[in-house]
Amino acid sequence: MVETVFEPWADPNADPLISFKNVTKIFGDFVAIDDLTLDIFEREFFALLGPSGCGKTTMMRMLAGFENPTSGSMSLSGHDIAGIPPNKRAVNMMFQSYALFPHLSVWENIAFGLRRDGVAKDVLHTRVEEMLKLTRLEKFGRRKPHQISGGQRQRVALARSLAKAPKLLLLDEPLGALDKKLRQETQFELMDIQEQTGTTFVIVTHDQEEAMTVASRVAVMDEGRIIQVATPEKIYEGPNSVYVADFIGDVNILTGPVKAVGADTYLLDFDGMEPMTAASDRTFAEGATAHLAIRPEKIGIHVERPEGPNSVQGKVLDIAYLGNLSTYHVQLPNGQIIKAQTANTRRVSRRAFTWEDPVWVSWSATAGVLLDR
Amino acid sequence: MPYLWLLTLFLIPFVIVFKIALSDAALAIPPYMPTMKDGLSAMLSQLDFENFVFLTEDDLYWKAYLSSLKIAFISTVMTLLLGYPIAYAMARAPHEWRATLMMLIILPFWTSFLIRVYAWVGILSTEGLLNRFLFWIGAISEPLMILNTSTAVYIGIVYTYIPFMILPIYAALERLDASLIEAAEDLGCSRVKAFWLITIPLSKGGIIAGCFLVFIPALGEFVIPSLLGGSGTLMIGKVLFEEFFSNRDWPVASAVAVILLIILIIPIILFQRNEQRQQEAEG
Repeated sequence: MVETVFEPWADPNADPLISFKNVTKIFGDFVAIDDLTLDIFEREFFALLGPSGCGKTTMMRMLAGFENPTSGSMSLSGHDIAGIPPNKRAVNMMFQSYALFPHLSVWENIAFGLRRDGVAKDVLHTRVEEMLKLTRLEKFGRRKPHQISGGQRQRVALARSLAKAPKLLLLDEPLGALDKKLRQETQFELMDIQEQTGTTFVIVTHDQEEAMTVASRVAVMDEGRIIQVATPEKIYEGPNSVYVADFIGDVNILTGPVKAVGADTYLLDFDGMEPMTAASDRTFAEGATAHLAIRPEKIGIHVERPEGPNSVQGKVLDIAYLGNLSTYHVQLPNGQIIKAQTANTRRVSRRAFTWEDPVWVSWSATAGVLLDR
Repeated sequence: MPYLWLLTLFLIPFVIVFKIALSDAALAIPPYMPTMKDGLSAMLSQLDFENFVFLTEDDLYWKAYLSSLKIAFISTVMTLLLGYPIAYAMARAPHEWRATLMMLIILPFWTSFLIRVYAWVGILSTEGLLNRFLFWIGAISEPLMILNTSTAVYIGIVYTYIPFMILPIYAALERLDASLIEAAEDLGCSRVKAFWLITIPLSKGGIIAGCFLVFIPALGEFVIPSLLGGSGTLMIGKVLFEEFFSNRDWPVASAVAVILLIILIIPIILFQRNEQRQQEAEG
């Protein structure tokens, strides 16, 4: 059986559901969105990720129709949507505060959008029941929003925004108000619901773990620009800049001039230490400054000097025991600290190193990514 | 503790007034009989409901009650229609302005109520500011007769009581989460529809509180109708005043007051219920 991989963004013939072209949004003298171009495809679960003030919420509000771009064009299934008010768009939004109507029951909250469309009574009834079932709220239809828990409120908000079967569902920090455990459960629930309904989801979040878990593609934003758009795996393993590498997960950055040695391989001169070998498909000029980004879990830690390239001696400065993992902070002779992570695969074992121990850290030539910015 | 409060400030005075209402007028000090001087049992035996019966026989009284109810009701509606947009604009104003706007609403209370009502006499009278202004711009050739009509009473009541309407509505609207309106628009409401379906129901508590705060004192209002309304406006507060001070008939005046209180108790109980329901809904 051939399984088709879902990646419409790789298909040059696919028509995007949403398309931003050179969109700029300016509030007073603050540039919230800076010349942004982006395509989002049908059935995608697309995450906008970035620190607060990066423009992700502004993008979402433009999609919902609460803001209009200062310049550039925005289209939804091929139609320009700039200037169309929120009540005329086939786009619904789940608000960060949920914005449930406190004077209406759960049932009436979900029915609210359908009633505005003048849907026939029996159709409306079936649809609301369907939504209650989808979000496992059958028992709570008659309650008021203040009579249910935070997690249930979150599901009511989701059901309400899905009830009109929008082409596009916007989720503004949908899990921000939930505690960690509930959040993780709800992430999977969201993915299931997205798959069942086939709706395109755009989620705004500042939680990189959440974005990685739920999204088919992640856009990392900073200061109104998109720095990188890719699948979670590509973003993590192949960041295009130090900013992205640093924003997503933990990373070690070694900076120094490089010189080419053979095809796609460079030597990085790091503070007079033995040069580091790194494979790269980016090309660098002789002597150009490059940043080698290596994830902690790709760095090994040893008592004896291991075979192979990229071994540096240092001493253990700190050990963080996280249960499933341990992170070692190893200080190199020049003062830089390298984070190395090992999985604790055995329940009973003696730790091989302790504080102040001299150790060797090493990684392979392909473990890191060589970046120019 | 609240019961002790109620007992000293409401129940004891009420019992005294009710007792006077059951007495007969007399040329004496105090101007009624019997009193405690006659002894408790003799006093109780001489009390009767004669004055209440009298109130039903003379149509002046029930006309005054009806007219008061009508004036209080209409001016409450007018205060609401005028006060709601003001409260709404205040709640939508930029944050740094709100304290100033609130101050402007409260500021008139710094001057005596009586002086402010007298000021309206100066504005509304035949040679008053309003008529002179309208003459000056050429809008009228004959002076408008506003003073000593019910129009003047409505103007006076709306002017005096509008802060009591604005403040509770403003409090309700200010708490309203703006994202609720956005959510309603997002789900297909126009601005106007979102206002009707979300803003109005969610400020209902403030509207009801404001209406009672205007209606209850307006019903027993005495100063405004006597200064602005002239002899043509019949209100129960004025009747009460005349019975007490012109006729010196304390028992009939007390009977008028007791009936007024009974009329007022109904909206007060409704008001209390509304407050309670409000608290339950929020808790």
